[in-house]
Amino acid sequence: MSDMIRYISKPHPVTGVTNAKLGIWCFLASEVMLFGALFSAYILLRTGATEWPVGADLLNVPLATVNTLILIASSVTIVMSWASLAMKDLSRFRIYMGLTILLACAFLVVKGFEYGAKFEHHHFPNSSTFYAIYYTLTGLHGLHIVGGIVVNLYLLFPGSAMWQTEPERFLGRIECAGLYWHFVDLVWIFLFPVLYLL
Amino acid sequence: MSHDEHKLPFWRKYIFSIDHKVIGIQYGITALLFLLLGFCLMLMMRWQLAFPAKPMPWIGGFFGDALMPGGIMLPEFYNQLGTMHGTIMIFLGVVPLGVGAFGNYFVPLQIGAPDMAFPKLNMMSYWVYFVGGVIMLASFFLPQGAAQSGWTAYPPLSDIAPAGQTWWLFGMVFLITSSLLGSVNFLVTIIQLRADGLSFFRLPFFVWAQFVTSFLLLLAFPPLEAAGVLQLMDRLAGTSFFLPSGLVVSGEILQVSGGGNPLLWQHLFWFLAHPEVYVLILPAMGIVAEIMACNTRKPIYGYKSMVYSVIFLGFMSFIVWAHHMYLVGMSTEMSAFFQVTTMIISIPSVIILTSLMLSLWGGSIRFNTPMLFAIAFLPMFGIGGLTGLPLGLAASDIHLHDTYYVIGHFHYVVAPGTIFALFAGIYYWFPKMTGRKMSEILGKIHFWFSFIFINGVFMPMFSMGLAGVSRRLWDPTQYAHAQPTQPLNVFISISAWCLALSQIPFIINFFGSIFWGEKVDTNPWQATTLEWATPSPPPHGNFETVPTVYRGPYEYSVPGREKDFHPQHESGS
Repeated sequence: MSDMIRYISKPHPVTGVTNAKLGIWCFLASEVMLFGALFSAYILLRTGATEWPVGADLLNVPLATVNTLILIASSVTIVMSWASLAMKDLSRFRIYMGLTILLACAFLVVKGFEYGAKFEHHHFPNSSTFYAIYYTLTGLHGLHIVGGIVVNLYLLFPGSAMWQTEPERFLGRIECAGLYWHFVDLVWIFLFPVLYLL
Repeated sequence: MSHDEHKLPFWRKYIFSIDHKVIGIQYGITALLFLLLGFCLMLMMRWQLAFPAKPMPWIGGFFGDALMPGGIMLPEFYNQLGTMHGTIMIFLGVVPLGVGAFGNYFVPLQIGAPDMAFPKLNMMSYWVYFVGGVIMLASFFLPQGAAQSGWTAYPPLSDIAPAGQTWWLFGMVFLITSSLLGSVNFLVTIIQLRADGLSFFRLPFFVWAQFVTSFLLLLAFPPLEAAGVLQLMDRLAGTSFFLPSGLVVSGEILQVSGGGNPLLWQHLFWFLAHPEVYVLILPAMGIVAEIMACNTRKPIYGYKSMVYSVIFLGFMSFIVWAHHMYLVGMSTEMSAFFQVTTMIISIPSVIILTSLMLSLWGGSIRFNTPMLFAIAFLPMFGIGGLTGLPLGLAASDIHLHDTYYVIGHFHYVVAPGTIFALFAGIYYWFPKMTGRKMSEILGKIHFWFSFIFINGVFMPMFSMGLAGVSRRLWDPTQYAHAQPTQPLNVFISISAWCLALSQIPFIINFFGSIFWGEKVDTNPWQATTLEWATPSPPPHGNFETVPTVYRGPYEYSVPGREKDFHPQHESGS
């Protein structure tokens, strides 16, 4: 069947993209609406609140800064993995993709320490509206990180068999994974100042 | 490809199939069953409304003392039925039938593609929808029953409702995910996989309608998902996103952190739910346009203005949502804005409806069953649309809000409007899906009785609404202002039960025609679009040779030609 569907590996001459790339952009558009709705909820709750804490007083800014740097680094490594593959170097692709996954795990570990410290001080989602939106936004973002790790692991190990059969299509998949990863990174770039600094 | 097809085991070919036609039929059957179920829930509510506090004959005994002691429906059970009627009809019935079934089956065929762009994603979309449906159904068997906070699930009531509401939210997350996967697939398919020569302005109007619908699904559903996550947090993690401080429940102040805002839910919910109205209606309009063109034997009047209208409609549907919320105490500036956008959005709908109406003029109309349903769509949707205008203006909405007038209004849009168009689609495309025609006699019986009784159901609701009867009354006879209209309730209920009986010819016709219907060839209606260029039912991979498109979608009765239709894939002038 899939041999009859066009523009799986080669871009469409008019739109200039493959099916998968158009699909991931559509998906990211819906993700923008998802996080957009949650950020709007944040704004509405904050403007309606009688008092709202400064994020820096309650949350650990240095740890979050480290996490920001980790995520930015992982965005660089995933681009490097794509570039290595574009230069037909599978082993360097594996190194950079592995690094991306490790950095993503490091982000989650740091986040876990942050959550742990909050739980120790009995700051739970039901403690206040600030903590409620903090846990919801960072939790949902964390789920997106986990999803990215799963997909990247698949592309690193079993999925990379496609490199031997359909190299162009596999390169396209890495690009799509990269687009998603940049989006997850970008969400954090908004979350960090909104929750920790403002 | 045909030898490939035979190698697949049964479960790969018919159950976990990645063929868009099988998935379309799976969606269709599941959605029709859910429509029937949603209808049955309503038939039970109609007994309570017509004859409150009287035991329900026969059926009442089945439900036991927990739901219907002595055969009399408890208010909690009535609320469950109402909530699940709305949820099932919209999210599990009409949308899956209009988009999942007809869209899946006919969009690839009408654009000359071998399948959807992502066949495996397509299969996943169906199964995620199926799981969502199972969760919704399973919630009826919880100790305290299914969700009972209305299909709009307004907090704070829904935040403190029994466990059925949590299941409802999980079910919704699955249904949202399913339509997200589906919409990405439709968009990519329509943009990337059109046959050579099939430019955007040669697309059948049905494909345009599905295209705009997919944009609405893609961009409007995520805010509801966000709202669902927030409500789940409220219910499971004890947060107070939708719970204000100092909320009193059963005489005691609720022990929560507070500071939330119930209106936040309404904004997020209606940001989805208004575009959702167009998700319900646009595929129906697309089906009607196809059937109109074919059965009037002339091109659709104003095809291009209809296309521009449908795009504009899609855009505008994102900025009208607060016209559902005039009563929350919004400022006059806000309400003025939403009144203006609401009046503006009626213009493209009127253009589409007028174009379809004018398409009848000068045509040589064939009054077959699909055409009867399609023609009936016009006045029915017209009544639904025009009765919406007083609801779109805050001054009159204050009186009509939450009354039976609203019920009458949106049911005219969705039931005799959209569902009639979906019936038209079933009668029209059944020959393509099965290779056999449905019976015209049974079809016409189905049409005329349905047409009479469905108006008997919804027309009196306008009078009840104008009399001020609220839509959420379990026993209307307990209210002085609702007593004079109680005979109307009896009339509506009897019409509804007769409407149910009128569906029997359809069910017989549907299953009987699969086996005994009149056999047809490739193009029984002598239509022009690409789905009629392939055998009925189409083989795996759809087209024996990849079609090329030479002209617009509705070249009927072209002067100087021998035949009165000129298919899109035939070369020559």
